[in-house]
Amino acid sequence: MNLEATSSAAPPLGHKIASSRLWRDRIFRSILLLSIAVALLTLFTLLIDTFLEGRPRLNGALLENMPSARPARAGLQSAIFGSLWLVGITSLVSLPLGVGTAIFLEEYAPKNSRYIRLIELNIQNLAGVPSVVFGILGLAFIARGPLSWGFTVRTGAMVLTILVLPLVIIASREAIRAVPPSIRDGSLALGATQWQTIWRQVLPAAVPGIATGSILSASRALGESAPLLLLGALSFVTFNPTSLDSSYTVLPLLIFKYASDAKAEFHVVAAAAIIVLLVVLLAMNATAILVRNRFQKRL
Amino acid sequence: MTESMTTQDPRGGVEIRTGFAQPSPPPDPDAEPVFRARNLGVKYGNKPAVHKVTADFSRNQITALIGPSGCGKSTLIRCFNRMNDLIPGATILGEVLYHGENLYGPDVDAVEVRRRVGMVFQKPNPFPKSIYDNIAFGLKVNGIKDNVDHRVETALKGAVLWDEVKTDLKKSALALSGGQQQRLCIARALAVEPDVILMDEPASALDPVATAGIEELMQSLKEEYTILIVTHNMQQAARCSDMTAFLTVEVNEQTGDRTGILVEYAPTATIFTVPKDPRTEAYITGRFG
Repeated sequence: MNLEATSSAAPPLGHKIASSRLWRDRIFRSILLLSIAVALLTLFTLLIDTFLEGRPRLNGALLENMPSARPARAGLQSAIFGSLWLVGITSLVSLPLGVGTAIFLEEYAPKNSRYIRLIELNIQNLAGVPSVVFGILGLAFIARGPLSWGFTVRTGAMVLTILVLPLVIIASREAIRAVPPSIRDGSLALGATQWQTIWRQVLPAAVPGIATGSILSASRALGESAPLLLLGALSFVTFNPTSLDSSYTVLPLLIFKYASDAKAEFHVVAAAAIIVLLVVLLAMNATAILVRNRFQKRL
Repeated sequence: MTESMTTQDPRGGVEIRTGFAQPSPPPDPDAEPVFRARNLGVKYGNKPAVHKVTADFSRNQITALIGPSGCGKSTLIRCFNRMNDLIPGATILGEVLYHGENLYGPDVDAVEVRRRVGMVFQKPNPFPKSIYDNIAFGLKVNGIKDNVDHRVETALKGAVLWDEVKTDLKKSALALSGGQQQRLCIARALAVEPDVILMDEPASALDPVATAGIEELMQSLKEEYTILIVTHNMQQAARCSDMTAFLTVEVNEQTGDRTGILVEYAPTATIFTVPKDPRTEAYITGRFG
């Protein structure tokens, strides 16, 4: 076949497409760029504003001092320890429970059972329930009512566990489901039992996803304030928790307390505390990303 | 055309000339078969997937299961290591005897069955671990703790992979090529010292060179193992198997269910030269499937 004849027969590329379609493409790209710019600019403005306001109090004393009625001496120590206790206990309880539930639902539960589907639906719904509802539940059934644990670390951690458990379950299920079925087949075909297959093949392969989900859940627990508002965490506590039955306060609520104080000097402390909380949260999220990347590389 | 060979048809005693690279020794009719399938069928829910297969599979032979897509070859082969147990809604009908013992008997442990009857899958599925750990895994789960290094080496040598990987045993198995991965999967199956190896289209995801490697490997493995292979590739069945089972699909006019049936089971040379059933002939001559 004659090549020249073919190429000359084809219509010339270009001019018509360029005018209208190319312009539309450019416009959409600008709109998308604008939306990300608006989001980022708002965030940075808030961050810089907060940082500038809180900078005078961003020092060691802020972390070491206890909350005080005098702004010059007010610090965050009891709130930092209160948050650590709550997040620590919440993670310790929610991780095994959540991963266990996820393993059961993904690996053992009959796929077509109506009960299982009901459970799944409820877990999805629980993940979307406003957190203050969990606070009311905790107030009625855990702080008072049947358990009557009072306004203690134990109560706060229990409510936060209920709050993040659906998130841990959903993240773990997704991580477990992402492990290719061929890995399970390969393992079972070698004479491994189902539990050996889960423990030695599925879970190790799902660790990055489970770890990421758990760390993100922990950071959610760290930033949570609404349910704890109802559970006595808004109290003025000048000592660190020493046991599950201690009174406690947490960073987000101490920030709220300082920020809503009539004295303007307290607002500086609040801004500094916000920076501390954000740094901790970002560090946790960064850890989640690092964990994920590191494990992915090892595979 | 490959070299021509003269083979004895064990049934008719007719001398036939075939183009097979590997001569097929006639199966010893007195040898105790490894598997005896008696009216073996599989149902998924109410849909019959494989219907009443009756056949004996002899020791130290390569048996190929061939047939068009959807004829239930893979479903059938998974009956022999009870992998179908894992599919919700699958029911096994009829009987499979493994060395005379009912494979689906009430006292039979499916996990032990799978240790003795190894399986290699269509797509290489190495574990996301090191080469060494891929082999050692089967030993670990079966409680074998002695001579692990030696067993790993033996398995890799058995799958003709040792020389390529002996210096990188700690490297990820996922870094191997497709053909190497599949040989690793074979080595992994060999490590737990099975009796039978089932291969479900083991070369369909591989290039021709890697395929030739796997086929060559099968010839050396049949000295010690009994091999059942599902293949979509008729040339492959002709090249490497001793016996061939041809399955086809039967469509039920009323329900539209598609069921696999065994049409013909005979020495490979017979199937490919003088098939008895017209459906077999149509398939192997390429008129159908």
